[in-house]
Amino acid sequence: MRSQLGRVRGLGAARSGVGQWWGERVTSLALVPLTLWFIWATIRLLGAPHEAVQNWMASPVTIVLMLCLVLATFHHMQLGLQVVIEDYVHVESTRFLLLLGVRGLTAILALLCIVSVLRLGL
Amino acid sequence: MAEFTLPANSKVGTGKTWTAPRDAARTRGFKVYRWNPDDGQNPRIDTYELDLDQCGPMVLDALIKIKNEVDPTLTFRRSCREGICGSCAMNIDGTNTLACLKPIEEVKGAVKIYPLPHMAVVKDLVPDLTQAYAQYRSIEPWLQADTPPPPDAERLQSKEERARLDGMWECILCFCCTTSCPSYWWNGDRYLGPAVLLAAYRWIADSRDERTGDRLDALEDPFKLYRCHTIMNCTQTCPKGLNPAKAIGKIKQLMIERQV
Repeated sequence: MRSQLGRVRGLGAARSGVGQWWGERVTSLALVPLTLWFIWATIRLLGAPHEAVQNWMASPVTIVLMLCLVLATFHHMQLGLQVVIEDYVHVESTRFLLLLGVRGLTAILALLCIVSVLRLGL
Repeated sequence: MAEFTLPANSKVGTGKTWTAPRDAARTRGFKVYRWNPDDGQNPRIDTYELDLDQCGPMVLDALIKIKNEVDPTLTFRRSCREGICGSCAMNIDGTNTLACLKPIEEVKGAVKIYPLPHMAVVKDLVPDLTQAYAQYRSIEPWLQADTPPPPDAERLQSKEERARLDGMWECILCFCCTTSCPSYWWNGDRYLGPAVLLAAYRWIADSRDERTGDRLDALEDPFKLYRCHTIMNCTQTCPKGLNPAKAIGKIKQLMIERQV
């Protein structure tokens, strides 16, 4: 029985969304050079012994770039999946659970990668 | 989840065919979506064959001819027949446009005519626009200023300030853009859609308006504004040649600008 205007106004504006939108753009921009660098470095290390990889990773520049790559990748992944879920999942409880799940999963994957990088490099 | 198939009671069947007069030299078929809320039937596509030599050049002329001379039960909105009222917005040959501005000759083969996509249908080619109108109302599309206008004068704008409104004031609210937007199809209850966001930016960009910040506050929402993924269907379909996607981009730009 609610008026159409009441329904449209709903709960009002969430006063958020800018950060998410901007974060997606910034991480995608950062990922262009980072991914190219990672591909170039991986190709150079093809067939190299474990020690050579460890030495490469031990350089401060490499380890910082690797951590940037991991953080940007998983942050971007989380933001992107969040958009897909918000777009297509309309059952509120499912949407809430999926959003939580995606956050948790990307955080765990990111931590796994960070620990691996640190173990290899430090 | 988003629905990708029509519910059983919306599946479209084949309807009647009205053939052209025998002496017609230049015939063309018009396949028109029909649905009557009162008969309990599924929607159907009726085919009307017309003699183009006896018909005006636009799709709206054909629809009016069908209603006047062939089948008076056909229901559609129309008013000005010159692209300024926005009433005859419908999906013609797969694209949302105004029937009065769409030449029949531009369509190859039979002319397929459907109501604006993904809106509830009132009857035949008449979509229910109450939600879209309420969304338009919700952005408060009128000048808001605390400073009183100069006595016995209008609020003045420079030529440059006035020029900023070009490409926006021309919108006739036909909702061709809004109903072409997949984001609006999936989240139309919360996403405002391109037509309303274009109107919102029209007031944000108006130098005489003093509520720019409040207007941006009201749009700062993951659904109201940020469901726009720059798909650009809106810009491609606009029968007035406007660019709602650009206006939405400008709003997003201002959201960042006021933070940095």
